[in-house]
Amino acid sequence: MTSLLLELDDVVVEYPAKGRGKEPFRVLHGVSLSVAPGETLGLVGESGSGKTTLGRAVLGLAPVTGGEIRFEGRPVSGLGRRERRALSKDIQVVFQDPYTSLNPALTVMDILTEPLLVTGVARAEAERRVQKLLGHVHLPQDAARRLPREFSGGQRQRIAIARALCRDPRLIVCDEPVSALDLTTQARVLDLFVEIQEATGVAYLFVTHDLSVVRHISHRVAVLYRGDIVETGDAAQVTEHPEHAYTKRLLLAAPVSDPERQAQRRAERLKAAAS
Amino acid sequence: MTTVEPSTAPAQRDRLLRRTLRDPVAVVCLAVLGLVIAGSLAAPLLTSHDPARSVLADTLAPMSGSHPLGGDGVGRDVLARLLYGGRTSLVGGTIAVLVAFAVGAPLGLVSGFYRGWFDAVAGWIVNIIMAVPAIIVMLVVMAAVSQDLNVAMIVLGVIMAPMVFRLIRASVLAVREELYVDAARVAGLGDARIMRRHILPVVIAPSVIQATQVFALAIGIQAGLAFLGLGKASQPSWGAMLNDAFTNVYNEPMLLVWPGLAMGLTILSSSLLGNAVRDALGVAEPVVAKRRRHRAKAAGAPVADLPADRLLTVSGLCVAYGEKTVVDGVDLIVARGEVLGLVGESGSGKSQTAFSVLGLLPDQAEVTADQLSFDGKDLLGLDLADLNALRGRGIGYIPQEPMSNLDPCFRIGFQLAEPMRKHLRLSRTEARTKALELLARVGIADPERVFRSYPHQISGGMAQRVLIAGAVSCDPRLLIADEPTTALDVTVQAEVLDLMRSLQRERGMGMILVTHDFGVVADICDRVAVMQRGRIVEAAPAARIFAGPAHEYTRMLLDSTLEGGPARGPLVTPAEPVKEVTS
Amino acid sequence: MLAFLFRRLAAGAVLVVVVATTTFLLLSLTGTDVARNILGETATQSAVTAKRHELGLDQPLVERYWHWAEHALQGNLGSSWFTGEPVNQSLTDTLPVTLSIVLAGMLVAAVLSVTLGTAAALRGGWVDRVVQFAAVLGTAVPSFLIALVLAVTLAVQLGWLPATGYVALGDSPGDWLRSITLPALSLAVAATAATAMQVRGALIDVLRADFVRTLRARGLTTRSVVFRHALRNAAPPALTVLALQFIGLIGGAVVVEKVFGLPGIGTLANSAAVRGDAPVLLGTVVVTVVIVVAVNLLLDIAYGWLNPKVRIS
Repeated sequence: MTSLLLELDDVVVEYPAKGRGKEPFRVLHGVSLSVAPGETLGLVGESGSGKTTLGRAVLGLAPVTGGEIRFEGRPVSGLGRRERRALSKDIQVVFQDPYTSLNPALTVMDILTEPLLVTGVARAEAERRVQKLLGHVHLPQDAARRLPREFSGGQRQRIAIARALCRDPRLIVCDEPVSALDLTTQARVLDLFVEIQEATGVAYLFVTHDLSVVRHISHRVAVLYRGDIVETGDAAQVTEHPEHAYTKRLLLAAPVSDPERQAQRRAERLKAAAS
Repeated sequence: MTTVEPSTAPAQRDRLLRRTLRDPVAVVCLAVLGLVIAGSLAAPLLTSHDPARSVLADTLAPMSGSHPLGGDGVGRDVLARLLYGGRTSLVGGTIAVLVAFAVGAPLGLVSGFYRGWFDAVAGWIVNIIMAVPAIIVMLVVMAAVSQDLNVAMIVLGVIMAPMVFRLIRASVLAVREELYVDAARVAGLGDARIMRRHILPVVIAPSVIQATQVFALAIGIQAGLAFLGLGKASQPSWGAMLNDAFTNVYNEPMLLVWPGLAMGLTILSSSLLGNAVRDALGVAEPVVAKRRRHRAKAAGAPVADLPADRLLTVSGLCVAYGEKTVVDGVDLIVARGEVLGLVGESGSGKSQTAFSVLGLLPDQAEVTADQLSFDGKDLLGLDLADLNALRGRGIGYIPQEPMSNLDPCFRIGFQLAEPMRKHLRLSRTEARTKALELLARVGIADPERVFRSYPHQISGGMAQRVLIAGAVSCDPRLLIADEPTTALDVTVQAEVLDLMRSLQRERGMGMILVTHDFGVVADICDRVAVMQRGRIVEAAPAARIFAGPAHEYTRMLLDSTLEGGPARGPLVTPAEPVKEVTS
Repeated sequence: MLAFLFRRLAAGAVLVVVVATTTFLLLSLTGTDVARNILGETATQSAVTAKRHELGLDQPLVERYWHWAEHALQGNLGSSWFTGEPVNQSLTDTLPVTLSIVLAGMLVAAVLSVTLGTAAALRGGWVDRVVQFAAVLGTAVPSFLIALVLAVTLAVQLGWLPATGYVALGDSPGDWLRSITLPALSLAVAATAATAMQVRGALIDVLRADFVRTLRARGLTTRSVVFRHALRNAAPPALTVLALQFIGLIGGAVVVEKVFGLPGIGTLANSAAVRGDAPVLLGTVVVTVVIVVAVNLLLDIAYGWLNPKVRIS
């Protein structure tokens, strides 16, 4: 067993209630999971399952009120701002919405050099590295001078990936990074994720609602339902022969792009629902 | 006071300044303000009179060489008072602006950025300050503390700080929610840097607008106080001049004109300047009420010749926004009881095509077609009343986002009943009965409760069922569904598709289903039309499209579906140490 | 909804207490010798001391405050230092005047702003540009300047309406209306302008909302879509602005009353401020804040009625 990169141990996330005297709103009810170095853990769930919150908790953007998050064996859930900032070298993020995740007023070069400059890298060196990064995410070299709005959704997501990569992190939290993209773009961006992982050995915590996406990109899959993990296993296992009733329901509900097989699946689903 | 909309637009200051200066109104305003400033600064050069010195003989003196604007009610030189009074106004306005921003801006930034208890306390204090009329506070302060107008303006600045506070806080809150601020935090940026890089630039433009407003308001309030007789007699001001002129209004009405004009012009210039900046930033333009009719390029084929099972015929449909053509010669046919899938990626024009059938495109859209006919009726020549008679009645519409498509202010029952009462001429009770039946039909467990609910009280999946009930309520022959399940969870999507299928079969409706998802197409569609860049590249029965797509683009779309592809195996080799990409 | 109203009422009560206390403290800070001011330069030192004792000014501040607060809670706001007239009496005399012009101004503003804002949002083009420009002018020019212009032109020069004076509603409704027309109009301008812009903006936003497209797709007439659905949705933000404008309206009344020679709260406050008559000034501040709280409460009720998310929680 290799040592684990990220471990979540019975993690609880609660948001304070709006009114006084009311129970706080509990989004995650004690979630445990782990990610090995270089591994992709797919995290599947529907809206309200807490999957995005889980990703944000790992990033330090959501209040962890119970349990522990460990990165390379060190607890990171209760860190102060300064220590958290030090961690930003190792844990990065790609958000869902490629339109609001890039500051519209800054050029791509400014967006990408920013994380380097704060750590004291000289500007010339930072710009050199950014030019190289743009190549890695298959963006043209002149992209650096342009503003985000000049790019399509897929290209913006490449910029966001480049930003996540620029400090050579060990883990990237990907929060539905392809669900806002068109089908053809989606496939290409997913390929880029795989390509980068194979080149650098970075690990992904890949949050999505889409079973076929998670199957394509993940080594292992965890299924989240209403704040609890109901099933974990190898991607093929979970997406083909799920154990848990909810995962089965999820699988049968996803339509297949073939009228005959879809009619079959629909019949199975209705049969399962009736029983 | 007016509220300034917080702007999330990027603050590109140079461009903003240049665009503002292109506006002639802005240039005139700047010129007027420049003139007032120059006149006040050069007061000692322009007049040798002491603005506070009374000469009995000059009481209400007419305009003359020594008194170009005459003398006032107690024999002081009007021109001198006008020029020196300008100083009082400009200095007062500036003090108020500086104090208001010095107090309001940092508090607004901190409140909006950190929220928490600080925000709560600051908000509470702001509410208290804003609840008391400024001029009444000023009366108290001037009675208690000082009669000096400049001291009063400092206090006024504090009273107006809440305006600045609210604006800045709202702007910061809006930006703070943006993902790029989260991304900056994850990237390791400190709060100070995030504020400077990402938040301050957004706040600057609305602040400039707000400053012009505070300036104008402060000058007005200062003049009001002086007009009421407050302030030191040794301090000449436009308000005090107005006071003096007003007591002599029957003898010498001209005395009112000079200070009134000076004050009015200064205040207006300042406000209009702020307005010009706002215009340069670009603000909401209204939706023009007149809608452009569909206009055929050529006369269509006689409608009567169509085969009877043709429900909808579209040919040569084009939609353009100015130079940009988004739908470019689309031909479509929907037969009675047939489900047509309109498939394409974003920007392919599929939704625009669907909306043009309903006549629901924005008014800027230029819609032309050779033929657009529904069930034997030419849609191109319809006026708004005829179109309204058809919408909902002949053609139903199911939107994409369930929550944003119900009116939040009305109960669901009302929203369901309203079109039925109009189209089917049902009475209130009949409409209610039918609405309840419909709610039960679309699978809502407790129709009575949902009937009485407001949209915010039900879930998204339920809202979509309500919208489907609404779409079929007046028994349309054609349904247009625009990505009806895209916003839903897969499990809910499956149920909603089941519902749509069974309703469609039961009522024999034709349907256009706009979607990007081939799984949805496979589930429900009889025929498929694939769109790319405003054109239909392939149209065929669903089975044939999936079995052997003829067009290259269709093939590419189908190939990029991940569904059914191989799963990525488990991670076999222990990962090698991280290689640095960038070095 | 009830809990919501109760919260607002409690907040209003706190507001009145905080403002009254702050004002009391501020007015006690004044360095001038009030008793000397009242009696004049020629009064003897012993007379001044006696006066000071009579007014209770020789008591410690906290005691004076409790004394005042205790009476105020029982509805007695004390007496003027200068005339000895009970503050309650002065307020009863002046309140109807101010309420007349302020409420009439509000009414005018509400009706006009909805009309103009809706017209601008729906018609667009030149109508919109004219309304926007007028609104900028209207919000910028202080109400007393408008009052001066109206007084000089319509009243003094043309003699269409009275330039000064107030006629009670009970004495002659017609004359009452004539006496408050110009002051109310002067006050209404700024509130109309600001609220009209809010109505316009909110309506434009609502008309772009998805549900409006869906309502159109259901075949509802433009009249129903705009006047039943869109305006209803645009109303809550407009009400918020109107509530804020009301506070400005009361402030404007202070100066406008002077222009038209109206014996209202503003005139009372003004003369009290000039003389340094603390009890009267304090009384006017308290009454003003109570009016603001009351009107805001009414607008809150309207807001809750219009906004189901507030009503049902």
